[in-house]
Amino acid sequence: MISESFIWAILLLPLASFVVIALVIRPFLDRASALSGRVLIGCLTVALALSLWTLAATAGGAVPDFQPHPWLDVGQATVALGLLVDPITAIMLVVVTGVSLMVQIYSQGYMRGDPSYSRYFAYMSLFTGAMIGLVLSSNIVQLYVFWELVGVASYLLIGFWHHRPAAAAAAKKAFIITRIGDVGFLLAILYLFSQADRFAAAGLDPFHIPDIWQAAQPLATGGAVLGGAALTWVLLGIFAGAAGKSGQFPLHAWLPDAMEGPTPVSALIHAATMVAAGVFLVARFYPLFLASPNAMTVVALIGAFTAFMAATMGLVMNDIKRVLAYSTISQLGYMMAALGVGAYGPAIFHLFTHAFFKALLFLGAGSVNHAAGTFNMRYMGGLRRFMPWTYALTLIGGLSLVGIFPLSGFWSKDEILAAAWQGGGSVEMWVSRLTLGLLLAGVLLTAFYTWRLLHLTFHGEFRGGGEREQSDLAASAPPAAAEVPQHHGAAPAGNHPSGVHLAESPWVMVLPMAALGVAAVAAGFVANPQWVQRLVIFPAHWLTDFLDAGLEHGLGAAAEAVHPIVPKFSLEVALASTAAALVGIGVAMLLYRSRASEAIRDPLERMGPVHRLLSQRYYVDALYEGILVRRVFYRAVAGALDWVDRFLVDGLVNLVGCSVRGVGRGAALFQNGQVQWYGVMIAIGSLLILAGYLVLG
Amino acid sequence: MTLQAMLIVAAILFCIGLYGALARRNVIAVFMSIEIMFNSVNLTLVALGRYVAPHALAADIESALTGQVFAVFIIAVAAAEVALGLGIVFALYRNTESVDLTEAAQMRR
Repeated sequence: MISESFIWAILLLPLASFVVIALVIRPFLDRASALSGRVLIGCLTVALALSLWTLAATAGGAVPDFQPHPWLDVGQATVALGLLVDPITAIMLVVVTGVSLMVQIYSQGYMRGDPSYSRYFAYMSLFTGAMIGLVLSSNIVQLYVFWELVGVASYLLIGFWHHRPAAAAAAKKAFIITRIGDVGFLLAILYLFSQADRFAAAGLDPFHIPDIWQAAQPLATGGAVLGGAALTWVLLGIFAGAAGKSGQFPLHAWLPDAMEGPTPVSALIHAATMVAAGVFLVARFYPLFLASPNAMTVVALIGAFTAFMAATMGLVMNDIKRVLAYSTISQLGYMMAALGVGAYGPAIFHLFTHAFFKALLFLGAGSVNHAAGTFNMRYMGGLRRFMPWTYALTLIGGLSLVGIFPLSGFWSKDEILAAAWQGGGSVEMWVSRLTLGLLLAGVLLTAFYTWRLLHLTFHGEFRGGGEREQSDLAASAPPAAAEVPQHHGAAPAGNHPSGVHLAESPWVMVLPMAALGVAAVAAGFVANPQWVQRLVIFPAHWLTDFLDAGLEHGLGAAAEAVHPIVPKFSLEVALASTAAALVGIGVAMLLYRSRASEAIRDPLERMGPVHRLLSQRYYVDALYEGILVRRVFYRAVAGALDWVDRFLVDGLVNLVGCSVRGVGRGAALFQNGQVQWYGVMIAIGSLLILAGYLVLG
Repeated sequence: MTLQAMLIVAAILFCIGLYGALARRNVIAVFMSIEIMFNSVNLTLVALGRYVAPHALAADIESALTGQVFAVFIIAVAAAEVALGLGIVFALYRNTESVDLTEAAQMRR
């Protein structure tokens, strides 16, 4: 049986590591800053062991039901702190602690010699702790607190090299855009709070997540506590928060810029865990989403559109991390779309596999940067000969991302596509079909940009690395306007001057990549097609069945009415997606094969306006920054507020000051030091009082 | 002689004193004006003691003399006050060689 204190330990270990690093090691033992990484790695190792044990216990059928601990009394409602351990939480715990541990080991090599070494690990501990708290929360307010803590940690880590203006601006952009989504989430929570009476009448707690699940189910007396249009709006609010964190379509602009942070940060936060928090949030409230087909349609369409659109932008980026960032947005779109069409298990399965192979790809990009001194792929090439391990592992990650047969990405992506093919969720059939179409197109694009990335980075001849980039930049200064947005991301990382030393990265960086590589290969086999009855210890569809069982347990009696889709492995869909992937890879091979050595111009530039549209990211960033921020906010809103401040607020303050001063000046005239003058005033005053008394009294 | 006539005389005296106290610049003259105001009040007290109190308190003749007793007190206190006030005037004169009230504004700052 699972003991509650052990689960708390998973949460508190990284937080304790944060306190130790931030309050002890950083101020007092800065010379021994190498200690900070080891403290965190130690804590995470224990946390990972506990998480695996929790997963094993949960998979063994344990259904822990921990009592929440009251924390705050707000009027009639009580906010409690508690732990909610169900299958999805157990999976997320393993993903978060596992990927985080690998990334911290890698960081030991990547961040070596950084002047703020212990600050880095302090932030990383804070992030890991907050993320664990997020997946464990049983209370929506508690979840929101950790949700925002995760956002803060992300802000701090994107802006880790805050002396670089691009990093500071990217941190701010990420924070503000995700906050816009969080407004929706907050409004949803506030709506639940306003309905506290109705929840209480049904014997439910408006903040306790399992109670919120129940609230959306029809009562015995007919009608749900939370239903109809109100439920849809609450869900759209929750989805707005999720879309902000997960970079879904209108709020995706921050994620590529977030690549300004150190590369391990990108791997952990902006690829594997935090951005998946949005998917987790939708999955956490999935019993509610099941009750609202409208909200499901929105989730499916936005997810599918994001998956397609982000993939098209990934085609033309020259910064290796930006390609991966767009690919992350695209893959998160797959997860959202899967949730939207009703495939609960496949979405989390894809989250699970994606965490491993995308973290691997990012760590590979960091390793490449270590050698080439740049993130700009136009100055890489031929690295396969110098870094065989990085090449092999990145190839595994890349092919997994594309979805090539035995690798994990194939299995998870295929479950999503099969679910969209089968349909049968609460959305209408055309939504499923449209989603399937967009996702299949996305597979083709994914294959293309992944192969382009691999080819430009590892194949052909080496094209000079960071040194050449610096000299080119100096030669072409001022650079053409169209190049600027791409180059500020490609600037050399803070602690990695553009020096080129073509060699394999140290083992402390390669080893965690190898571990993630093993996971990227093996993670697909936890959910096998229906004809594989048992593989080692995993029966067919183990992961998806496990997750669906958790969902049904959460739904309780209402589970009869609503069912998530459990897709059967479908050979047609698998063949279609593999064909799309192979076509994508083939086209990329044809386009880039002949361009072995020098040519730095991209053949995609021949597409002219389309290339321009894509490399300008559909002008969405320009719209946000140029029009929304500069025109609307700086000029209109800020101008109006400036006027109000200058003339109304300042004017009012000045008026008060002036009138007091005038009264004082007037009164000072009476204080002239002449006793007889005072006497006259007293006499007049007495007469006035007397007259008043006579007239009024 | 009626109470009314006496009160009118007292009021006239009070106004003369008030005017002198507020309008004259010489400290001695102001002092004298204040004495006039004192005496107008004394006159009022005595007049009221003579005409009003006996009707109200015919049974108790001692307490009926309240107004006159007050007047005697005020005369005594005024004598003491004159001694004190003249002392201040002397001190003022020694310091400033002047008895002009408008110049005695040192306390203003």
